[in-house]
Amino acid sequence: MSDQIGKIDQEKFAALIRKRVAFATVMTLVMLGIYYGFILVLAFDKELWSTKVGEHMTLGIPVGLIVILSAWIMTGIYVSWANKTYDDSVRDIIHGMRGR
Amino acid sequence: MNDFTTTIGQPNTISIAFFFVFVAFTLVITYFAAKKSKSAAQFYAAGRSVTGFQNGLALSGDYMSAASFLGIAGLVSLKGYDGLIYSIGFLVGWPIIMFLIAEPLRNLGKYTFADVVAYRLRQKPIRIASSCGSLMTVAFYLIAQMVGAGSLVKMMFGLNYEAAVVVVGVIMIAYVLFGGMLATTWVQIIKAVLLLGGATVVVLLVLAHFDFSPVKLFDAAALKYGDKVLAPGGLVANPWDALSLGIALMFGTAGLPHILMRFYTVPDAKAARKSVFYATGIIGYFYILTFIIGFGAMVLVGQDMITKIDKGGNMAALLLAEYAGGTVFLGFIAAVAFATILAVVAGLTLAGATTFSHDLYVNVFRSGRASEEEEVKVAKRGTVVLGILAIALGLAFKGQNVAFMVGLAFAIAASANFPALVLSITWKNFSTAGAVASIVTGGILAVGLIILSPTVWVDIFQYKTAVFPWKNPALVSMLAAFAAGGLFSVLMPDAEARAKYDEQVIRNYLGVGAE
Repeated sequence: MSDQIGKIDQEKFAALIRKRVAFATVMTLVMLGIYYGFILVLAFDKELWSTKVGEHMTLGIPVGLIVILSAWIMTGIYVSWANKTYDDSVRDIIHGMRGR
Repeated sequence: MNDFTTTIGQPNTISIAFFFVFVAFTLVITYFAAKKSKSAAQFYAAGRSVTGFQNGLALSGDYMSAASFLGIAGLVSLKGYDGLIYSIGFLVGWPIIMFLIAEPLRNLGKYTFADVVAYRLRQKPIRIASSCGSLMTVAFYLIAQMVGAGSLVKMMFGLNYEAAVVVVGVIMIAYVLFGGMLATTWVQIIKAVLLLGGATVVVLLVLAHFDFSPVKLFDAAALKYGDKVLAPGGLVANPWDALSLGIALMFGTAGLPHILMRFYTVPDAKAARKSVFYATGIIGYFYILTFIIGFGAMVLVGQDMITKIDKGGNMAALLLAEYAGGTVFLGFIAAVAFATILAVVAGLTLAGATTFSHDLYVNVFRSGRASEEEEVKVAKRGTVVLGILAIALGLAFKGQNVAFMVGLAFAIAASANFPALVLSITWKNFSTAGAVASIVTGGILAVGLIILSPTVWVDIFQYKTAVFPWKNPALVSMLAAFAAGGLFSVLMPDAEARAKYDEQVIRNYLGVGAE
C-alpha cells in the first residue's frame, strides 16, 4: 500500500478529504442543531411546544414531523452531493493513480 | 364507541395461518440461501450481493422492532405526544450513520465494526474490548425482543409465554444457522414490506373515521382526553434526563452491531450510502404511521380498554387493528408483529455469532490464523449457543417493559461502541490504550449507572431512592468514553497506529483495497 501513497496526487487527495470532512461536519452539525434544538426546548421550555396553532393542535406536532422529515431530507442531500461531486473526484484521483 | 369486545387473548386461527405462511415461505428462502452460505463472506455478509435499496429495506427491517411498533404505538395511545419524542430520537441517528459511519465502515471493515476499530490498532485487546461492547448491546436488545415475543404471543393467542419464546428461538436459529446473512436479509426485507403495508392499511382505516384528516383525529383525542395529550408531558420530567435520552437514541443507533454489520452486505460505499437514504425514509414514514396508530387507538379503542388488556399499552396497535379491520385483519397484523420479532432476533443473533466467531475466535483465540471453514463452523456453533442463550434470557426476564430494555441497549451502544468507532476512523493519534479505555469506560459507566438509576435501583431492587438520578446515563457515559479515549491516547500513544493512518485514509476515502 505504501507505494500507492507516492502515486496519489497529494494535492487533489488533500482537497478531496477537506471537501468531504467539511461537508460531513456541516451536515452533522445541522442535524445535531435540529434535533437538540427540539430536545432542549422540550427539556427546558416545553411550554413552547405546547403552544396552540389550531383549535387543539399544538406547535409540537408539526415541529416533530418536520424533524422527522428533515432527517430524511438531510440524508438525501448527502447522497446527491456524494453522487455528483464526491464520486467524480474519487474516480479522478484513482484514474490518476493508475495512469502514472 | 369503545365497547367493542376483543378476541385478543383467544387462539386466532387466521393469525396462526398467516404466521405459518410467513414461516414456511421464509424457511423455503432459507433452504435456497443455505447453498449460498458456505464461505465466510457469504455467511456473514450475503456475499456482498445486496443492493442499496434491498439493504435499505433490510436495515429498516432490523430497526423496526416490536418495541417500536407495539411499544411506541402503545406509548402514544396512553401518553400522546410523548411517544413522538421517542420516535424522533430513534430516527435522527440515521443521518449520523450516513455522515460519519456508513462509508468508512464499508471501506475499512470486513464483517464487524471491530474490524474498523482494530484496523490500525493491536488486534487482541481491541477485539476483546469491542466484543464485550457488541455482545452486551446484542444481549440487552435480545432480552427485550424475546420478552416481547413471549408476552405478545401470550396476549394474542393465550398461548403460554415459555412456549412462545422457545418457538421464536428455534425458528430464528434455523434462519441464521442454515441461511446465514442472505436468509436473514430476505427475512428482514419481507417483514419490512409486510409491516409497512400493514401499518399503512391500519392508518388508512383509522383516518377513514376522520375524513382522512389527521388534524381531526388529534382534535378528537384532545376532546376525549384533554389538550395535554397533544403536548409534551411528564415522560421527560428531568430536562437533563431528556437530553441524555436523546444522546442515547441518536448515537446508540450508530453503534448497534446488527445495524452496522448490514453495511458489509452491499458491494461498495456508494451502495452503503444509498441504503441509509432508503432506510431513513422508510423508518421515518413508519414512525409517522405509529404516531397516527397510537392516536387512533387512543380515540377509537380508548385508554381504559387498552390498559385493561395490557397495562403498558403494548396491545394498542392490535386492538386498533381489530376495531378498524375486524378479526381477520387483527390476525394479519398480529402475525406481522410476531414475524417482526422473529426477524429482529435473527439479525441480532447473527451479529452476536459473528462477533463471537470473527472477533473472538479467529482474531483473539487463533490470532487471525483460522481457515474460513473453521470460522464459519464456529459462527454456526455460536449461532446455536446464542439462540439457546436468547431463549434462556427470554425466560429469565419475563415481565419487563419492552421499550425500556431497548433503551438500555442503546445506552451501551452509544457509550461503548460509537465513540471508539468514530475516533478510530477520524483521529490519527487514537491509540490501542485509548480505544480500550474508551470502550471499557463507556460500557462500565452505561451499565453501572443504569443499575444505579431509578429503573433498576428503585423499580427492581426496591430501594427508596436511586443513587444515580437519571433514567438514561448516556450523557455521562458517552462523554466519559470520548474523554477516556482522548486521555489514554495522549498518555499512551501508539506509534505504529499513527504510521498506518495514511494508508487507512486512502482506503477510507477512495475505497481502494476495500473488501
